[in-house]
Amino acid sequence: MAVGDSMKRVDAYEKVTGAAKYTADLEPKNLLIAKVVRSTIANGVVKGFHLEKALAVPGVVKIVTCFDVPDIQYPTPGHPWSVEKAHQDISDRKLLATRVRYYGDDIAAVIAEDEVAATRAARLVEVDYEEYEPLLTVDAAMAEGAVSIHEEKPDNVVVHSSIKLGDTTYEEASSEEGLFLLDKTYQTATVQHCHIEVPVSYAYMEKGRIVVVTSTQIPHIVRRVIGQALGIPWGQVRVIKPYIGGGFGNKQDVLYEPLAAYLCTQVGGRAVKIELTREETLACTRVRHAIRFEVKAAMRHDGTLVARKNAAYSNQGAYASHGHAIVANAITEFKQIYHDEKALEEDAYTVYTNIATGGAMRGYGIPQGAYASECMMDDLAVGIGMDPLEARLKNCMRAGYVDPHTHITFFSYGLEACIQKGRERFGWDEKRAKYQGQTGTLRRGVGMAIFCYKTGVYPISLETAACRMILNQDGSIQLQMGATEIGQGADTVFTQMAAEVTGITEDKIYIQSTQDTDVTPFDTGAYASRQTYVSGKALKQTGQILKRNILEYANYKLKREIDTMDIRANQVVDAETGEPLLSMEELATEAFYSLDKSVHITAESTYHCKENTLSSGVCFAEVEVDIPVGKVKVLRILQVHDSGILINPKLAEAQVHGGMSMGLGYGLSEQLLYNEKGKPLNDNLLDYKLPTSMDTPDLEVDFVQLEDPTGPFGNKALGEPPAIPTAPALRNAVLHATGVAIDSLPLDPQKLVEHFKAAGLIKEV
Amino acid sequence: MYDIGKYVQAASIEEAIRALAADEKAMIISGGSDVLVQIREGRLAGASLVSIHGIKELKGVHMEDDGTIVIGAATTFSHVTYHDIVEKYIPILGHAVDQAGGPQLRNTGTIGGNFCNGVTSADSASSLMVLNAVIELQGMGGTRFVPIREFYTGPGKTVRAHDEVAVSVRIAKKDYEGFGGHYIKYGKRNAMEIATLGCAVSVKLSEDKTCIQDMRIGYGVAAPTPIRCPKIEEQVKGMAVGEEFFTAVRKGVLEEVNPRTSWRASKEFRLQLIEELAERALRQAIVNAGGDAELSELAWEDGNMAGGEQNA
Amino acid sequence: MRKFIKLIVNDKEVEVDIDERESLLDMLRNKLGLTSVKKGCEVGECGACTVLVDGEAIDSCIYLASWAEGRRILTVEGLKGPNGELSPIQQAFIDEAAVQCGFCTPGLIMTAVEIVGTGKRYNREELRKLISGHLCRCTGYENILNAMERIVEEAYRVVGE
Repeated sequence: MAVGDSMKRVDAYEKVTGAAKYTADLEPKNLLIAKVVRSTIANGVVKGFHLEKALAVPGVVKIVTCFDVPDIQYPTPGHPWSVEKAHQDISDRKLLATRVRYYGDDIAAVIAEDEVAATRAARLVEVDYEEYEPLLTVDAAMAEGAVSIHEEKPDNVVVHSSIKLGDTTYEEASSEEGLFLLDKTYQTATVQHCHIEVPVSYAYMEKGRIVVVTSTQIPHIVRRVIGQALGIPWGQVRVIKPYIGGGFGNKQDVLYEPLAAYLCTQVGGRAVKIELTREETLACTRVRHAIRFEVKAAMRHDGTLVARKNAAYSNQGAYASHGHAIVANAITEFKQIYHDEKALEEDAYTVYTNIATGGAMRGYGIPQGAYASECMMDDLAVGIGMDPLEARLKNCMRAGYVDPHTHITFFSYGLEACIQKGRERFGWDEKRAKYQGQTGTLRRGVGMAIFCYKTGVYPISLETAACRMILNQDGSIQLQMGATEIGQGADTVFTQMAAEVTGITEDKIYIQSTQDTDVTPFDTGAYASRQTYVSGKALKQTGQILKRNILEYANYKLKREIDTMDIRANQVVDAETGEPLLSMEELATEAFYSLDKSVHITAESTYHCKENTLSSGVCFAEVEVDIPVGKVKVLRILQVHDSGILINPKLAEAQVHGGMSMGLGYGLSEQLLYNEKGKPLNDNLLDYKLPTSMDTPDLEVDFVQLEDPTGPFGNKALGEPPAIPTAPALRNAVLHATGVAIDSLPLDPQKLVEHFKAAGLIKEV
Repeated sequence: MYDIGKYVQAASIEEAIRALAADEKAMIISGGSDVLVQIREGRLAGASLVSIHGIKELKGVHMEDDGTIVIGAATTFSHVTYHDIVEKYIPILGHAVDQAGGPQLRNTGTIGGNFCNGVTSADSASSLMVLNAVIELQGMGGTRFVPIREFYTGPGKTVRAHDEVAVSVRIAKKDYEGFGGHYIKYGKRNAMEIATLGCAVSVKLSEDKTCIQDMRIGYGVAAPTPIRCPKIEEQVKGMAVGEEFFTAVRKGVLEEVNPRTSWRASKEFRLQLIEELAERALRQAIVNAGGDAELSELAWEDGNMAGGEQNA
Repeated sequence: MRKFIKLIVNDKEVEVDIDERESLLDMLRNKLGLTSVKKGCEVGECGACTVLVDGEAIDSCIYLASWAEGRRILTVEGLKGPNGELSPIQQAFIDEAAVQCGFCTPGLIMTAVEIVGTGKRYNREELRKLISGHLCRCTGYENILNAMERIVEEAYRVVGE
């Protein structure tokens, strides 16, 4: 059967031969290069430009400034549009900014014949500013008298939301006698996606319309946002998405496509390309929000979690982008993963500041929320002297969990099974005991973390997807999805699903990898961990329609009842005996060219998904800490996932590897740093410490496969979850090894040495 | 496309010198891994370049009759590391430059480029320091030989004159024979790193391998330029290998360094590394010199457990 | 700053009209259409633009096109057999699911070619170091190392000893 096989990727041959074309590989000859002129202050207003020197650079075609662009504010996040105004994304950005909100803000653009001219001219643009104090932290932005970064939000708080569970307050519940009380602050860092292909797009005009070719996860959303940003009907925009070199959520935001589209209209429709540098990618696209969690928790000495309180402050940066959805997700994770006997109170604040804009990044707030909940659980376990695994088993969400607010239900519950499977395979109990009470320079420890993750975005947002299948003359089919391949293997698993549903073998299913909004069915794109689930449902439904249409033709040809026939391995067969009746090739050729009855057999359908389910999992980590130099060596790392039925086990494992690696960076080394002026300090891949092969141990993966009744093939979320639990598992392993709790990410060496010195683990000579 | 203002490809050292002399703004490009990056950044945009890339006489490693090892300045890191002479006589240097950047960079980056750019974090520098390397410079005025300890004049600055080309780096027999050495690069990652701190140690032991006859200790990023620690080197001469000696070195080096706080690392953290890496590099160097220095301290074993048998 | 240079690219002698300011990366992509050579950082930190120059893997972004004069350049496009057959290295990347977004893949394959070319047998730790000049955000290097291990072993069995 097709689903469940480790089929090789359908795009692998193209990718290993260099034949796969990415956006920059397709650019037309004679295209113009645009360079964004970036602010050299973090907070202020552009008062004027001096363009003479820049315009004098040979090869410069035009300079467009923030004073030239349409006075239209538009939103950028890759969310489905809401037809209800109250639920629409925040429109807080213009094509170019007069009001500067972070260091590197887009204030003008130089269009030139080549890159050297564009870069030189961009450097020569002189700008007059009115400058304000940079507000780089949530505290600075929320302080009394802080300047408003957006006039629509005078106090810089984008949104404040609250959750309450239980009939009593935390205060009340925690006053019970004999409780262990925890009161701590956990802080995550600002990190970046670091897909290896930088964001790149080019735009040109054709028949009065704008065509944009771009490296995006969300072509149909890009089309809509370009329409909104330029104030033109959405149908006048055509977006084409070729292969993309990774996205991880950064390309789930509309980045420079609207500007490229606008610039091409300013040079008579000639092709204009905006290809960001790595530095711009790190500093000027999107980042994962740094969130501070102020956590209080009360636990009985038998390990019962009685009550919790959590105030989460999310550093949004300059523009709203995905905004409050991220921290809202973080506190939801905190709520869902553990049960409080009496009370839970949570507050979440999303706050504008003058750093890079927080957006979507693999896990969408859950890595932050899980970091807080998992640090907390270990700290509580240490506090009452209980094994952290047992403390988790005692308090974690149970089978049949239903979210009290969204009513999202955990249909196929494998969390405890994952914990037990991992415990066994990892040798948790033995290692936990073995590493007690070390005294040496090198110390070892084991730690763990758990999480849950919702698959799609329903009911918070719309979930809709479409699929089209077309039968070719030879009995093969074309498969067209609005859902996008971004490296995760979507095209391969869709091919497998189509084979499963239609009975046509994978080698005769040709999936179109490029999305073109003029041709491709609608889908909101690659985000959440939705495509195998939501788009998979559209595919399943469409496949069933196609199969029905094929069998109808077989009925005409063979004069047999449809229900007595099936399609298996490219043959129409007797449904009962499996006896071949007619080959697909014969049927298809006949269907096209029959003089009696010519039918072009196709199927297309939309699936409006009103279901959702939860995935879950666990990470176990074993570390060796070199105390005097603050280095953490990861000796072993294992994740066990509860992701339903795996469509392609080998690709599923590969997805987990990537997430684990991202988690290693999040835990140990990655952090985007700024100076006091808000200027990024490490916006390059030398100073931004993405893990190399030498920083990555062997990655162990396991699964608990339970069929999810709501999944099209029993499947549910897997794309993002692997990025979630690694960082807190590492933190807890270091705690086990050294007895020192580090409450901020990343666990970088200098920070560790400072903590070890404070704890007396490093003696002065 | 790089914003290069003027470009001359020299076919020989003499041609490179003449091109440099003829253009006061000209600068040398060898492997390209520093210069091109800085052109792109804008710091050197529009630069006038004299390329010495591909000049054969600047490449290769050989040994002269008196045992002096001569490394052509344009020899790439990987060709230094994998050269038989380097592997056999000065493995410390091969090991050091094998930690610069990543493998592809080591196939283009050159040892001459590494010490001529004058940065304190250069991976070759501290090892060349403890090897008492001598740099051969050739310019309009002829050839001169500069000991590496006199080569650096400040951050990014060296004594190399505008029209001079670094031709080779030379290591005399007396500076490697009988020595054991070790270099530790400390970076946050294990590859693709700029050193947070680099520590090179070279030691020569007494005949019975129990006492220090000669110890040299060099650092990168412990001061504005690569440095040696001459006072402690002098002080420990003749000391027996043992805890007292290691403690003396740990204390001594702190008196001779001058690290600064930057966003990459604090002064306090660097001082901690300076002290710790000195002992670690030293222990390995002693072992490499044929001595015994209990390296087992740095291997985790069950003996680390309380209640277990403590390491000696 | 134009200049004609002669060199051998993927076993074919070519003469190319270059600008002396061009990187080898620019030349291979823009003049010769060899778009397997990817641009990821332009400063030699990501390894996506890795090609072989006279058998050695280099970052073509920080290598001037003019330096390639008279040299042999190999890119992924040069690995396929005359009828489109894959090299064993490419096949190993497919079989081990070492490919995801595919952007770092051509560069890594070129490093694999360099490694295999040495005919030496490397263990997994050594391979980690040998590929450490390539950043990959999709795979955690796990399946890439599996592919590397397999191919190094296969090559060693053929040419080793």
